Amino acid sequence: MSADPLSPLPERDFDFWSAAHLLRRAGFGGTPAEIGVLHAAGRDGAVARLVEYDPTPDTDHRAVADIMRPQTAEERATLARAREVGDEATLERYRRERQTRQRRDRAQLAALRRWWFDRMVTTPNPLEEKMTLFWHGHYATGYRTIEDSWHMLAQNRLFRAHAVGDARRLAAGILRDPAMVRYLDGQRNRRGNPNENLARELMELFVLGEGNAYTERDIKEVARCLTGLDIDDDVVVFRPDRHDPGVKTVLGRRGRFAGDDVLAILFARPEAATFLATKLYRFFVNDAPGPRSRDAERTIAGLAKLLRRHDFELAPVLARLFASRHFHDPANHGAIVKSPIQLLVEASRSLGTPPRDVDRLLDDADRMGQSLFQPPSVKGWDGGRAWINTATLFVRQNVLVHLLVGEGDAAAPFPAERLVAHLSTDGPPDPDATVDYLLRFCLGTEPHPERRLELRAFLASLGDRVDRDRLVAMLALVTALPEYQLC
Amino acid sequence: MTDDRRTFSRRELLHRGVALASTAATVPWFVENAAFGLAPEAATPTRTIGADRILVIVQLGGGNDGLNTVVPYFSDDYRRLRPRIAIGAPGSDGPGGAALPLDAKAGLGLHPSLTGLRDLHDRGLLGVVQGVGYPNPNRSHFASMDIWQTGRTDGQGTGWLGRYFDARCNGTPEPQAAIALGRNAPISLVGDVQKPIAFEDERLFRWKGEDLHPAMKAPYESVVRAGQLSGVDPDSQAAYLMRTSLDAQVSSDRIRAAVKRASATPYPGGALAGQLRLVGAMIRDELPTRVYYVSMGGFDTHGGQLGSHANLMRQVGDAIAAFQKDIESQGMQDHVLTMVFSEFGRRVAENGSAGTDHGTAAPVFLIGGKARPGVIGNHPSLVDLDGGDLKHTLDFRSVYAGILADWFQVDPRPILGAEHPAAKLVV
Repeated sequence: MSADPLSPLPERDFDFWSAAHLLRRAGFGGTPAEIGVLHAAGRDGAVARLVEYDPTPDTDHRAVADIMRPQTAEERATLARAREVGDEATLERYRRERQTRQRRDRAQLAALRRWWFDRMVTTPNPLEEKMTLFWHGHYATGYRTIEDSWHMLAQNRLFRAHAVGDARRLAAGILRDPAMVRYLDGQRNRRGNPNENLARELMELFVLGEGNAYTERDIKEVARCLTGLDIDDDVVVFRPDRHDPGVKTVLGRRGRFAGDDVLAILFARPEAATFLATKLYRFFVNDAPGPRSRDAERTIAGLAKLLRRHDFELAPVLARLFASRHFHDPANHGAIVKSPIQLLVEASRSLGTPPRDVDRLLDDADRMGQSLFQPPSVKGWDGGRAWINTATLFVRQNVLVHLLVGEGDAAAPFPAERLVAHLSTDGPPDPDATVDYLLRFCLGTEPHPERRLELRAFLASLGDRVDRDRLVAMLALVTALPEYQLC
Repeated sequence: MTDDRRTFSRRELLHRGVALASTAATVPWFVENAAFGLAPEAATPTRTIGADRILVIVQLGGGNDGLNTVVPYFSDDYRRLRPRIAIGAPGSDGPGGAALPLDAKAGLGLHPSLTGLRDLHDRGLLGVVQGVGYPNPNRSHFASMDIWQTGRTDGQGTGWLGRYFDARCNGTPEPQAAIALGRNAPISLVGDVQKPIAFEDERLFRWKGEDLHPAMKAPYESVVRAGQLSGVDPDSQAAYLMRTSLDAQVSSDRIRAAVKRASATPYPGGALAGQLRLVGAMIRDELPTRVYYVSMGGFDTHGGQLGSHANLMRQVGDAIAAFQKDIESQGMQDHVLTMVFSEFGRRVAENGSAGTDHGTAAPVFLIGGKARPGVIGNHPSLVDLDGGDLKHTLDFRSVYAGILADWFQVDPRPILGAEHPAAKLVV
């Protein structure tokens, strides 16, 4: 009987590259020095540093609440009068004013995107931001539909607060989140006039997974349970007069259920833990398509069991995963296609490139298919090989060049020599050692011999001397490798 | 005649493709399949016809004012509600100018600056589909454009053409099936499996690392074109990336070569004409691409509309006319269908700034040798309005269904649902 894939990686096998792998997956990678610190902490110490963090305050944004505030009673009355008498001038003034506020709100969203990206690049708690990104893709809500940046921020903060916390409490928070409720027409779902959108996605996308355990009948019943929600400015409120108070039957259980009752029923199903475990597996371990290995299946089953045992508290479950044999199995190195955000943040953090124009980087992330605060649909981002196609590959390569050298003569230089400073004892680093290290460091796996030959020959053609310019040139080549898109 | 032309080009493509691949380990998908006839739907006759039929979509962003584009000069209400910006009947003399004749019996004309489209109409190459919209119209730019692009009233999910390509490709994306000019590919072309190529100009397909040092180019080409390296598990993520990297290089070579060629016919200035010129070049170079997407913004004419709209109309008419001439010079007029749309029209009454605000239904143009010519469908009522807006007379998904069914010859229902009968738009 082979070892339990979730059993801890033997301590003696937790080497520098294990720490690098851990930091890349549980966070966004780091410099050789940062990896060294993690390595020195040992397997359990490293995992604890990542998983057991003190939450970082996220009130340092400069967003304001009232750009997309609802109309006041006075404004509503004025508009109604204007419509009655055909007062075009007033109506037009209101339309203009609304358009101005929409423009301001879009500018505020742009600022929030920059704010979040900067957090990801600089945070001392990378798992906190990585899980915020995970939840953003899971409970996907798009700005273009709700057009309210304050609500998108509130949702982002909700994800951060529950990053590695209780997934059921996060689900309860989502049913009270103005962005999500509006996005899925929750406030239009009323007794006698049901709207099934939120009910359907709750089961299909958020908790159970498509087709798992529920029927169309259950969706209708859950919709009844969720009636009565309304959005009052920035808060989701419950209006009893709009709620269907009758008895509902959800997954075989009967009662006068409302939203929280539904969550209790759904999370009690075994499918809920398996669904979340599978998503976490794809996000942290391996997102290749096709049938999984036996160890992979055992790991997912094991994670599901842990989720149930820990009442969906993520921190202890992730801690087990990050310390496990399966997580560190070389077969699972280079097994995840970097998301555009992962690509950008990881390159910045691990290579130590100087700050570049964030709007430009976010624009490139959009072109690579990942627009922060604007997932393509409530399904979020498929991830995996879906990130990769003709156009996105070129954008990925070129954005790395931009990170390395910046734009124009005034661009801040990138002190690439720091990456290999530890390789030199007396004088510049040895070319062979440099080539080996750069490839291993950047690719996260043992490189193919042909890549080593190619990079070595390249350095030789440049004069076989390891200095800043040649390092930058080598990094440009390494980050253009197809395998660099994997982590 | 045309089938021979296509078959010959595939053979030619095969030779070019093999020469470009630096190892035999991976041959780009379209070359391999052309060589062995292993099209994903080899048994389905539609594939050969599909490759011979190209759809070009021209998106006018901002909400083009349909009422001043296809002018209902028959209507007194039109003039009454637009005292400053209404366009007059042909031969008339007012601040809005005189419409170009389109359909005298119906009392419809074209904007005075749309001479390019009027010529196409006179030659039987222009279809004008009236009153296109959808129920519960959304007057938000983002939301309405998402609705048009996804073909769904919730504006969510994949694009209508993305789903068309997904259905064809059997899980293996076709690298050059859809090309968009512009920095972001429109959702219309995005499927679950199939993704489009988007570029503003061919310089996108150039690795910027080459600029660092002359010695960069050769090793770069070597590593990105190596394809799947020996000993790498073909099912692995790494192998997939290596193969896709090679595909990407070959696709980009193809596109760059195509757009470098000068066009045989002249094009006017302007961004839209520039994009259509590149499309014409790619068609001339026989790219396997079946859908091209170009777009132009600036149609959100809230104030002082007469001047700005005239400018926009001239650019649209002249660019499309030049494109059609280019297509005709290639003998491809029966193989290219162009569709022009906007995310909504504008309100019937003008506003206080001699402009118009966001509206609803508007006309869709179809251009090509196989476009059903003339004015199609019913003009929306200018009396029975919906809060000041036109009520649509044709759902846009019927336009899509007509194109899918009669141009691409596929069943539109898996892509658009069963509720929208295909409009007859292709002869």
